[in-house]
Amino acid sequence: MVSPAEDVKLRVVADRSKCMGAGMCALNAPEVFDQDEQEGLVVVLEPEPSAEHRYAVRDAVNLCPASALRFEKDEA
Amino acid sequence: MTLADQSTEVLAVPASRGACPFDPPPAYDQAREHNPVSRVQLFDGSSVWMLTRHQDIRTALQDHRLSADGTKPGFPFLSPGRRQLGTQSASFIRMDDPEHARLRRMLTSDFIIKRVESLRPQVTAIASDLLDTMTRGKNHADLVTEFAFPLPSLVICLLLGVPYEDHAYFQKQSHILLSAASSAEQVRVARDDLNDYIKNLAESKRDRDDEDIISRLIHRDELTPDEIATMGTLLLVAGHETTANMTSLSILTLLRNPDQLKRLREDPGLIRGAVEEMLRYLSIIHQGLARTAVEDLEIGGQRIRAGEGVLLMINAANRDHEAFPDADAVDVGRDARRHLAFGFGVHQCLGQPLARAELQIALDVLINGLPNLRLATPFEEIPFRDDMLVYGVHSLPIAW
Ligand code: HEM
Ligand code: SF4
Repeated sequence: MVSPAEDVKLRVVADRSKCMGAGMCALNAPEVFDQDEQEGLVVVLEPEPSAEHRYAVRDAVNLCPASALRFEKDEA
Repeated sequence: MTLADQSTEVLAVPASRGACPFDPPPAYDQAREHNPVSRVQLFDGSSVWMLTRHQDIRTALQDHRLSADGTKPGFPFLSPGRRQLGTQSASFIRMDDPEHARLRRMLTSDFIIKRVESLRPQVTAIASDLLDTMTRGKNHADLVTEFAFPLPSLVICLLLGVPYEDHAYFQKQSHILLSAASSAEQVRVARDDLNDYIKNLAESKRDRDDEDIISRLIHRDELTPDEIATMGTLLLVAGHETTANMTSLSILTLLRNPDQLKRLREDPGLIRGAVEEMLRYLSIIHQGLARTAVEDLEIGGQRIRAGEGVLLMINAANRDHEAFPDADAVDVGRDARRHLAFGFGVHQCLGQPLARAELQIALDVLINGLPNLRLATPFEEIPFRDDMLVYGVHSLPIAW
């Protein structure tokens, strides 16, 4: 996985087809993730989280039970 | 037992606990250290795999080749009653995707973080009322019946639209469903009864426009009355027994670890983390999550073949030193969020945001509302729920 400490643009990607709505992401990184009211599935609020939120995002990625979240280097 | 005995004798599960009632059976700890993917024997003489390491269980719970469907060949059950529970219309907890996801997603929006956060004032008010009623005019009580069970029961009744006046009834049925001592026939009768109860309740809601979960399910017109009943029963049972037992057992743990209780009283900011630590340390789903292989796979270097059952001992995983330093110690200040007390993978507990909120509120109200809280009976006399699917205590006499 990409290290959150790296000085590059990082992008968070969520796969809603895998999400089971357990809310570990919204609980552990509320600035970056939310859940929509209709289906209860993950919504990424900040696709390019600022440095201060990267560790929380890494925790959310690791804690997601359904492996629905990924951290990617932004190639653009 | 000597080491030589262990290698020839297959461990019978569930194994008994050792001297400390908070610790998992010592045989599971030994398995984790020496033989983390091992063969164990069930009540009917059949043998299955037992996983005990944190990493192996995390991996296994994300592997779709392990099925949660109790009707698939090789699925492990711990008693005839459990077999009945896991095969007779058990709703989505005993199904695989895509059917599991279809049903679970009808409920996910009810348990999202935002919605549960908005329930906090109501849950806090219920907890405070229960504390007032419990303490009025007396200085001792049974925490289990006067606080720990009523709190989550009242909350899940509110969410589901089940009348709380019926709590004696559904708690009794739920006890039968979850007791290892219940026969298959007792479980069948209790389950049919509870399903009929929810079915009638749902029918009575058809012409009203209440906001509760059962009303919403019946108005969706996508589910049969049976599907609504089994889903409602799952939520009702899972929604109160678990939190109730976690509450009593957490209070008992804090009373036995006064230094930790003191830290928690001095720094309320520790409550959230303390609840994760209690979930980890106590692991009340103590007899393993059950799965069966529908294809061959390899876990922890061991080949598991299609049709072989697997028990995932999350209580052993939550004491794995590789995942949690000094894992056998209670430390309310540690980061315990990686615990597997709610499971992992697609079946990870749907109600976990609610359980967390209820536990955080219950602990706060009890330890800060009762500064002189103490046990009212010798520790040795407390009856632990060794025989139940959900671990805990049958009663907890306290004084203040
Ligand atoms: C401290 C309290 C709780 C604990 C320790 C707990 C534990 C668990 C565990 C370990 C599982 C996974 C079972 C498996 O993978 O085989 C699970 C699933 C489930 N829990 Fe909880 N639970 C708790 C509270 C609740 C509450 C309050 C509710 C309901 C409101 C609830 C509803 C469910 C449901 C519906 C499932 C099935 C999810 C699925 O199969 O997708 N639980 N729980
Ligand atoms: S933690 Fe994973 S499964 Fe849970 S809501 Fe977030 S993305 Fe979905």
